[in-house]
Amino acid sequence: MINFQYARASDVADAVRQMANDPTAKFVAGGTNLIDLMKIDVERPTKVIDINRLPLKQVEGIQGGGLRIGALVRNSDLAYHPLIEQRYPVLASAVMAGASQQLRNMASTGGNLLQRTRCHYFYDTATPCNKREPGSGCSAINGHNRMHAILGTGDACIATHPSDMCVALAMLEAKVHVTGASGDRVIAFADFHRLPGDTPQRDTTLNPGEIITAVELPPRGFATNYTYLKIRDRLSYAFALVSVAVGLELDGDTIKEGRFALGGVAHKPWRDPQAEAALRGQPANAATFARAAEVLLRDARGYEHNTFKIDLARRCIVRALSQAARGTPQSQSSKKIM
Amino acid sequence: MTDDRTDASSRPSSHPTRREIIAGGAMVPITMGLPSGAAAQSPRSAATPDAVEVNLTINGTRHALMLDARTTLLDLLREHLDLTGTKKGCDQGQCGACTVLIDGRRANSCLTFAVMYDGAQITTIEGLAASGALHPLQQAFIDHDAFQCGYCTPGQICSAAGLIAEGRAKTAEEIRELMSGNICRCGAYTNIVAAIQQAMERS
Repeated sequence: MINFQYARASDVADAVRQMANDPTAKFVAGGTNLIDLMKIDVERPTKVIDINRLPLKQVEGIQGGGLRIGALVRNSDLAYHPLIEQRYPVLASAVMAGASQQLRNMASTGGNLLQRTRCHYFYDTATPCNKREPGSGCSAINGHNRMHAILGTGDACIATHPSDMCVALAMLEAKVHVTGASGDRVIAFADFHRLPGDTPQRDTTLNPGEIITAVELPPRGFATNYTYLKIRDRLSYAFALVSVAVGLELDGDTIKEGRFALGGVAHKPWRDPQAEAALRGQPANAATFARAAEVLLRDARGYEHNTFKIDLARRCIVRALSQAARGTPQSQSSKKIM
Repeated sequence: MTDDRTDASSRPSSHPTRREIIAGGAMVPITMGLPSGAAAQSPRSAATPDAVEVNLTINGTRHALMLDARTTLLDLLREHLDLTGTKKGCDQGQCGACTVLIDGRRANSCLTFAVMYDGAQITTIEGLAASGALHPLQQAFIDHDAFQCGYCTPGQICSAAGLIAEGRAKTAEEIRELMSGNICRCGAYTNIVAAIQQAMERS
């Protein structure tokens, strides 16, 4: 790890001011990803600004019926918060599907959004990686790419976004509140993470120096018909091969509103308005779910070792939509998939 | 429980223990780059120019420290304070051997810079036992033979202490899920779950 200057920020304005003075600085909150990457020299900040004293640790109701989650709310506190458990159980479930309890106790809401990919070439500084070193090439495209993306990929990068929490936030249409030197702005969740294109080094649409202050949840929480189904190589404490967050609103057997987002398949949590349109007004049955899956996966592309993900994603979508329609969400303790 | 330091110091000095040899080797990176003479001082006073002040209460003892900001809580415990009960396994948050309690909550000490926890209360495996009596989890791990090599055990026990304090796990299934951040390469999981269940019933 290279040496760095350590500084503590006292409030949001102070954090933004300290960051603006130093383009190679990084904020640290939980540190679970940043410190890991600093140890292997993938992240090399010359200054680390500790934001843990900022007053961003509350989950509070907001006008209009939504919730505002402070950026420093720890993942475990979020998952166990009564308002989240009651009104947004798909978010609680997704958070509990990720990492371990130790990591969830440390990791922050804002930091979860800013996680870097777990592509092993990104971690291995001896190999080319366009995300780590722009222009050096992608080792995964013709390498070991079993964990990699099948949607929205390009010639520059086929990495996936690793978060579970963000898959649920995408489905819920959360908003990201950020502050920078030029003021505050709000970013729709679908616009927050980006596809790799020619600049895979950029994971998000945050401007340099901006800080996440909160994540806002809209009133609609899909607390009756939801699920978070995550398929991985072991039963717990592993990144997703494919995961699906679902929220449905049913009128009898008819789908009034249906949303689903996928994790483990793209550079960002993957939602598709066309696939969701294939649910709306249709009967909540296997045929409908299979059609929606076909639409979402129409442009899916497998690489040498991950083509299995296309079929796995299709089956996961159908299963997850069925779980949500039945009102029997996936348990994150009992691993039995019903 | 054996106190490692007492144990080591009671041996004849002509026969250094493995830990003393390892500790001697581990001192090298800590003191590198320091002015001559600094190596003989306690690491606590061996301040680098960028040293950061941090106050921590560890197992009930207050420590006022000047640290290189890069020092993880794990390395502070093991290399600076000789609290070697907390183990370094993967050093990247994947194994749980380094689990300690920070303000009562379990965390991976390898993924924290110690300076981030100014003012915090840290409890390590050395601090769980109260006034000479084993912690119920320590006794339960013995009762159920919940280890083989024992390397993951301090992390397992600290993690289980956090788990019990959280009060979320009721069933064996839930214990397994919420203990999944602690890997046991010997595969003693069945007995670890049984030990935690015993301690939970008695807590």
